[in-house]
Amino acid sequence: MDINATLIGQMITFALFVWFTMKYVWPELEKILKARQQKVAEGLAAAERGHKELEISQKYAIQHIHEARSRAVEALEQAKKQAALIIEQAKAEANREREQIVALGHGEVDLERRKAREELQQELIDLTIASSEKLLGRVMTEKDHQELLEVGMMIDSSRKG
Amino acid sequence: MAEPLDAPSYIQHHLEHWELTTRFGTFNLDTLLFSWLTGITFLLLFRIVVKRATIETPGFWQNFVELLYEFVQTQVKETFHGRSALIGPLALTIFIWVFLMNLMDLLPVDLIPRVVGYFGVHYMKSVPTTDPNLTLGMSISVFLLIIFYSIKIKGMGGFLKEITCKPFGPWFLPINLILKLVEELAKPISLGLRLFGNLYAGELIFILIGLLGYWQWILGFPWAIFHILVITIQAFIFMMLTIVYLSLAHEDH
Repeated sequence: MDINATLIGQMITFALFVWFTMKYVWPELEKILKARQQKVAEGLAAAERGHKELEISQKYAIQHIHEARSRAVEALEQAKKQAALIIEQAKAEANREREQIVALGHGEVDLERRKAREELQQELIDLTIASSEKLLGRVMTEKDHQELLEVGMMIDSSRKG
Repeated sequence: MAEPLDAPSYIQHHLEHWELTTRFGTFNLDTLLFSWLTGITFLLLFRIVVKRATIETPGFWQNFVELLYEFVQTQVKETFHGRSALIGPLALTIFIWVFLMNLMDLLPVDLIPRVVGYFGVHYMKSVPTTDPNLTLGMSISVFLLIIFYSIKIKGMGGFLKEITCKPFGPWFLPINLILKLVEELAKPISLGLRLFGNLYAGELIFILIGLLGYWQWILGFPWAIFHILVITIQAFIFMMLTIVYLSLAHEDH
């Protein structure tokens, strides 16, 4: 139980052990715990961020849905309008075509009438000439023609007047 | 136990060191051996654990080591406010090592002496902390650190001023010096002897219980339970006082 050289031995042992802990144990533990602390903090921050992002994207999604819905309504309306317009246009086109066809018909009828009238006139002239020649008893000369025309015009004007 | 020895020689036998005398002096081989065994166990365990440590999934041993680390770290942080790379490792080493050496006390008192007896070693004290050489060796090391840090932090002048001019001013230099000397020397002596005294007394009681024949089974158990508290508290006190003394050395008055 007396003090001897063991004391020095123990002091050296103690110093060595403390040195070992200081060099190979303590700093490693410190590092690990710090790294874990950081990791946990990062994880929490990431979770927070994720939460926020989710919220934002939810809002975004809702907004998108709203927008899409309104756009769909708009498109529908426009389509209706366009359909109405097309119908209107078609109607107008049809009308125009009908009018054209009718006008064409009218024109033809006019032409036919004019032609008929001209034919009648020619016939009338021929008849007049023929009857006049019969009355005269000879072929009409240039002069006869002139006279006949003047008479005809007189009759015409008297009828008109 | 059932040794052909009378009580005084049985006790005497248990209090004798396994010694080796060289020209450098006498060494208590048992103290050295068991302090090395426990210390190396501690260091290897911790070293292996921190080598294999992972950040994400700590296993049982890593949790255990981290728990001890954080416990010591908390004690250091609460008491010691300076910055020092030494004090944390020092406190951890003291706590675990002293605890493990104290733990040898819970082995049956005759177990190791009987085993080594077969190998021709007749004296064996298996609890290193019952050897004042060890406890004083540690406390003197702590004392040297106190002086080292006092001088490092306050400078030689500040240190000399503190031991000569306080508490009564420069005109009472001798009295101041004597008071300070007593105060400072009391630290390593009380630190070392407290640990030694507690463990020596504990071991002695185990030895006495060992003399009681079959009664030892009834008495040894509660004393062992009680002793679990003692060895933990003594390891803790040694660590705590070391931290306190070193933080005092760091304080600039």
